[in-house]
Amino acid sequence: MIRDITLGQYVPGNGIVHKADPRVKIILLIAFITLIFCAFNFVSLAVIAAAVMIIILLSDVSLKLYFKSLKVIIVIILITSILNIFYGTGTPIWQFGILKITMSGIYRAVFVSVRIVLLILISSCLTFTTSPTDLTDALERLMKPLKVFHIKVHEIAMMMTIALRFVPTLLEETDKIMSAQKARGADMESGGLIKKVKAMTPVLIPLFVSAFRRAYDLAMAMECRCYQGGDGRTRMKSLHIKKSDVFCIIFAVVILTGVVLCDIFIAPII
Amino acid sequence: MSVIEVKDLCYTYGINTPFEKKAVIDLNLSVNEGEVIGLIGHTGSGKSTFVQMLNGLIKPTSGKVFLNGEDIWEKPKEIRKIRFKVGMVFQYPEYQLFDETVYKDISFGPMNKGLGEKEIDETVRKAAKFVGLSDELLNQSPFDLSGGEKRRAAIAGVIAMDPDVLVLDEPTAGLDPMGRNLLLSQIMQYHRERKNTIIIVSHSMEDIAKIADRVMVINSGKLEMLDTPAKVFSEAERLEKMGLEVPQITKIMLALKEKGYEVSDGILTVEQAFLEVVNLLKKEGKI
Ligand SMILES: Nc1ncnc2c1ncn2[C@@H]1O[C@H](COP(=O)(O)OP(=O)(O)OP(=O)(O)O)[C@@H](O)[C@H]1O
Ligand SMILES: [Mg+2]
Repeated sequence: MIRDITLGQYVPGNGIVHKADPRVKIILLIAFITLIFCAFNFVSLAVIAAAVMIIILLSDVSLKLYFKSLKVIIVIILITSILNIFYGTGTPIWQFGILKITMSGIYRAVFVSVRIVLLILISSCLTFTTSPTDLTDALERLMKPLKVFHIKVHEIAMMMTIALRFVPTLLEETDKIMSAQKARGADMESGGLIKKVKAMTPVLIPLFVSAFRRAYDLAMAMECRCYQGGDGRTRMKSLHIKKSDVFCIIFAVVILTGVVLCDIFIAPII
Repeated sequence: MSVIEVKDLCYTYGINTPFEKKAVIDLNLSVNEGEVIGLIGHTGSGKSTFVQMLNGLIKPTSGKVFLNGEDIWEKPKEIRKIRFKVGMVFQYPEYQLFDETVYKDISFGPMNKGLGEKEIDETVRKAAKFVGLSDELLNQSPFDLSGGEKRRAAIAGVIAMDPDVLVLDEPTAGLDPMGRNLLLSQIMQYHRERKNTIIIVSHSMEDIAKIADRVMVINSGKLEMLDTPAKVFSEAERLEKMGLEVPQITKIMLALKEKGYEVSDGILTVEQAFLEVVNLLKKEGKI
């Protein structure tokens, strides 16, 4: 049920992408996202698409899972492409009242769809191959310079770690409580929106109660182990840039220059 | 007549994901009306998964569940009706309490069933009495109860639906010995009065030996044994291989037998053992 959601789920594995430094992965993700939005013609988009495909194939995660995460957003893709088809400029090839389809509209629709697909694929790749703890750990390191502005980077990262850590737990708990209430004949499927929301009360109240209890227990446990915040804490697992990471960065830089060159020398489509 | 019949039941978690896990495999079973079935198995053997299929909380990957001869998934839209006939008390059921008062919480089930106000009042009070909740407690918030009282309230919430089959998933887990015995005897008292069918999952072999008519043993999702407690627990070695124990008194009697004393196997309670030992001593002329 709820647990079937694949978007943002870590899949343990042993591939190159899994082993890459999470900091490098995050920076490359940001670079790729920027890149996807900087591609203005089909050639540069194709270059990015090829790069994304290579990364995905290297990622040691079954392609089925990527398809599953795409399935979630298929509606969004459909809506945006339909809207885009009708928003093109130029001579219409089909017209009905104020609705008109132009060649540029079709291009635009395809372009935007590919962009969204690539975005989802590349971000799924990060979450599939990086455990939540590694992710927040890397984020904390990357945000360290913000300490200059008196931003409590460690505390924020810790909060994120804890939040991420408890997402599956809470989902599991929701599942369990829902089952228990269904076993008592609760009807959660039928009825209108208001009825459905009301039917959730027997699930939400126990869920909140247990979330607060967990939070309290966790705080207690952390205090018992003398947790005091970030200053002077050392790490069990420290991150080091390896040779393979350098290779990743070079790969990304090549793609980056490729796309920028394509953008400069080939006429933009949108 | 069999109330519940299970044919080639299978359940797999996370099909087509890297986390695929076969939790129940080709299970066949037929439960007679008024029977008490004890369900034992190592942690993670698939007990909870199995019992959740009995009232349609999870849909079998393959295989069928019949309730009074009818396939429960024949009309998926009406699966809710099955839940009133097969009552299910979850592992650690106290986490399902939500309403303002214990009384209101217990009445959640009967209300969903669509009973009238008077009937609800009657069933709620009766259910509360079965599990030994006093009238004062009924007006308290369920969150102010002790752990054991919460457990009772949650069990009452299911009993109040007056199901023909009552499934209890480790109802005594985490209670003190006194509380366990009391709760168990209350459940049995309820069973004797209501004459319903009970399926009870437990890690306490003593409890199972005491109350079950038949014991089913699940190992890694497969049904290993299904027989009277005496027969099942006489196979101590086989059970131990599956990570299960036999009741301590049974163990002692088996040890005596191994030493060459003439005691019958499948002794399950201290009382039986006492009689057996007295007989033995009499035979040898020692008393
Ligand atoms: N929601 C789930 N998703 C994936 N796997 C699950 C899920 N629930 C249970 N499992 C797995 O299925 C197997 C059987 O679990 P189940 O809860 O039925 O065991 P159990 O016999 O009730 O154990 P216990 O005695 O600890 O309650 C276990 O290996 C467990 O890891
Ligand atoms: Mg269980």
